Amino acid sequence: MRANQRPLSPFMIGPYYRPQLTSVMSIAHRASGVFLSIVGAPFLLWWVSAVSGGPAAFQALQAWFSGWLGKIALIACLLSLAYHLFNGIRHLVWDTGRALDIRSAYTAGWLVLIATALLTAVLLGLLL
Amino acid sequence: MSTTNPLARARGHGSARDGVHHWFAQRASAVLLVFLAAWLLYAVVVLAGADFATARAFLAQPFNAALMILLLVSLFYHAMLGLQIVIEDYVHQAAMAMALQFLTRAGAFLGMTLGAVHVLKIALGA
Repeated sequence: MRANQRPLSPFMIGPYYRPQLTSVMSIAHRASGVFLSIVGAPFLLWWVSAVSGGPAAFQALQAWFSGWLGKIALIACLLSLAYHLFNGIRHLVWDTGRALDIRSAYTAGWLVLIATALLTAVLLGLLL
Repeated sequence: MSTTNPLARARGHGSARDGVHHWFAQRASAVLLVFLAAWLLYAVVVLAGADFATARAFLAQPFNAALMILLLVSLFYHAMLGLQIVIEDYVHQAAMAMALQFLTRAGAFLGMTLGAVHVLKIALGA
C-alpha cells in the first residue's frame, strides 16, 4: 500500500482493524466531545438566554424541546454528557498512571458503559 | 563540555517549558467540569418541567449564578481545547484548518461572554 493511501486512525477501525471495546470507546469519547461542543453547549446557552429573555423566549424553548426533534436532541445530549463524563473520569485515572493494563481498561470500560446507560435512563425518566 | 547538540546550541532555543500546557489545561478543566457537570445534572433534575418563574428564581440565586458562569466558561474552554486537537488531527488542508481553529476560538469566547452576560442579567434582576 502506498504511504499516502494508508488509513489514518481512527479510520482503520472496521475495514482494516477489528473493532475492540477500547478503540471504539476511544473514538466515541471524541465523537461525544465534538457533539457536546457544537450541539450541547449551544443548547445550554439557549436555555440560559431563554431564562434571561423572558416568559415568551422560555415558552418557545420548552415548545421546541417537547417536539420530536427536541426530544431526540435532548436524549443525544444527555447520553453524550453521561458517556463523556464517565469515560472522562476513566481517562483521568489513566493519566495518573493507574489501571493501564488490558484487564483494567476493559473492566473500567464496561463500568463506564453501565453507568452511562443507568444515568441516561434515570435522567430521561425524570425529564420525558 | 556541553552535552547539547551543536545544532540546538547554534539555534539557541531550548524548550520553552510549556510543552505540557495544553495537556494540563485540558485535564484541569476536565476535573473542574466533573463537579460542575454533577451540579448541572442536579439543576436539570430540580428544574425538570419547571415554569419560567421557578427557573429564573433558581438562576438568580448568587451561588447558582456563579456556578453557571463558571460552568459555561470551563465548558467552552474545555470544548475549545478538545476541538483544537480534533482539527489538528483530521483537517490537513492548511487554510481550512486555520479557518476552523479561528471559528472554534471565536465561538468559544463568544459562548463564554454571552453566557456570562445572560446569567449576570438574571442575577442582577435586569
